Amino acid sequence: MSSGQQVVIVGAGQAGIGAAAALRESGHLGPVTVIGREGHLPYERPPLSKAYLTADTVDESHLALRSAGWYAEHDIDLLLGQDVTGIDRDRHRVTLGSGEQLPYDHLILATGTRPRTLPLPGADLRGVGVLRDLRDARVLRGDLAAAGDVVAIGAGFIGMEFAAAAAKSGSRAVVLDVAPRVMGRAVATAISRHFTEAHRSWGNEILLECGVSELRGDDHGRVTAVVTSTGRVLPADTVVIAVGVAPNVELGADAGLDVGDGVIVDEYLRTSDPDVSAIGDCASFPEPTSGRRRRLESVQCAADHARCVAARLTGHPAPYSAVPWFWTHQGELKLQIAGLGDDADTEVVRGEPGTGRFSVFRYRGDRLLAVDSVNRPADHVAARRLLAAERHPTPEQIADPEFDLRTAATAPALPL
Amino acid sequence: MPSIIFEQPDGSRRTVDAPSGTSVMKAAVATGVPGILAECGGQAMCATCHVYVQGDPDLPAVSDEEDEMLDCAFAPRLPSSRLSCQLEVVPEMDGLVVTVAGEGP
Repeated sequence: MSSGQQVVIVGAGQAGIGAAAALRESGHLGPVTVIGREGHLPYERPPLSKAYLTADTVDESHLALRSAGWYAEHDIDLLLGQDVTGIDRDRHRVTLGSGEQLPYDHLILATGTRPRTLPLPGADLRGVGVLRDLRDARVLRGDLAAAGDVVAIGAGFIGMEFAAAAAKSGSRAVVLDVAPRVMGRAVATAISRHFTEAHRSWGNEILLECGVSELRGDDHGRVTAVVTSTGRVLPADTVVIAVGVAPNVELGADAGLDVGDGVIVDEYLRTSDPDVSAIGDCASFPEPTSGRRRRLESVQCAADHARCVAARLTGHPAPYSAVPWFWTHQGELKLQIAGLGDDADTEVVRGEPGTGRFSVFRYRGDRLLAVDSVNRPADHVAARRLLAAERHPTPEQIADPEFDLRTAATAPALPL
Repeated sequence: MPSIIFEQPDGSRRTVDAPSGTSVMKAAVATGVPGILAECGGQAMCATCHVYVQGDPDLPAVSDEEDEMLDCAFAPRLPSSRLSCQLEVVPEMDGLVVTVAGEGP
């Protein structure tokens, strides 16, 4: 693609804005338009389930991904509060909710995800919400400030972060999940145990292998209780439903693009139409090491996808190959995860969990897959370097407190 | 409003208005200073906002967490290394010069 061509980006989250920024940094000279559904200046979401919920004062301008002036300075056309209702791939145009049509030479879908809902009686009561965007967070922040009894349905990152925020603001939270352990999709079993115990020490209750049968409300339509699948009635004045997200694939699917759990892309993040890319939370891409199809919901993935697509569009194509990483904050616990550990068969703990600072190295055989670090940021950074360089210290080395992880991660490679 | 000067490894400079109460990192990202990625949004979690502070200004001490992250950052750690997300902008910072470390070699 020549540098004068028009790029249209659907979605103004971390991936969409990241792509616009990376295009300009890579020297793309043609028009760049970003279309966002929300009316706010594009902002970062991670704080919404963390510091934002409990901070004494909130200055929402601090959430902005870029200043208002940045867009004009970089000649990026930002269309906010606009839906994209269709893609005409033959004529290379998108249609906006206003009916206006916008031509493109290359289209980037960065449409993100939306929270999954539960088809439960009472799910529409007041005091019951999801946590995805700033509007959700504003409501929940207010609810939390006044709440006594909080229930988080779902023990993933969002449910657990919300429960941690509830404990911090003086409420008592119950987290329930049908899964056998908390954050089980993302973390080692030793980490699940540690966070479960931490929440219990803060006064929260963690109910596992437990579903929900209904939500009950008062005469004013406000939630009063969550009834579990075992019939237990949990008093509740604030309920967050945090049972994962679904990728926004409909726009791509309606345009005839291949979709599955996400918009299907190749290792260059191209969809089944070479003039359309998909990046960030909505993209289902081949995972670099396993080749297995993946969809990752993370800032890292959004930012690295954005750079990968911008490099390709400016004449420097390279397959996507970044090491994934994630983080969560709950109370005094900062958990950082490098790599993807779902295939792991062995966990090796480095450090002493009782001190509140330790890491879990996850292996399959002798191959290091992922490292989960609790309040051990140096291990996390070392782990990212090890994984990027495909270095695999042995489980025995990792278990040895004398083993110098930093040197293993940073030493120049030995000549072959 | 305090101004912060960001210098790239090639010596080019950009002066950025930094509102008090925000961080040096936020001021850089908001205005698109290259090399300050700050992917964790300022949690001292990613070490992608590493800078070298020029001169000897009076700055808050390095926390244990920042210390650990800097130790393993991609660009070499120097005595002047800081994570710019951990530097809250105060009026006395006006004129601060920092060099962007980037992701290093």
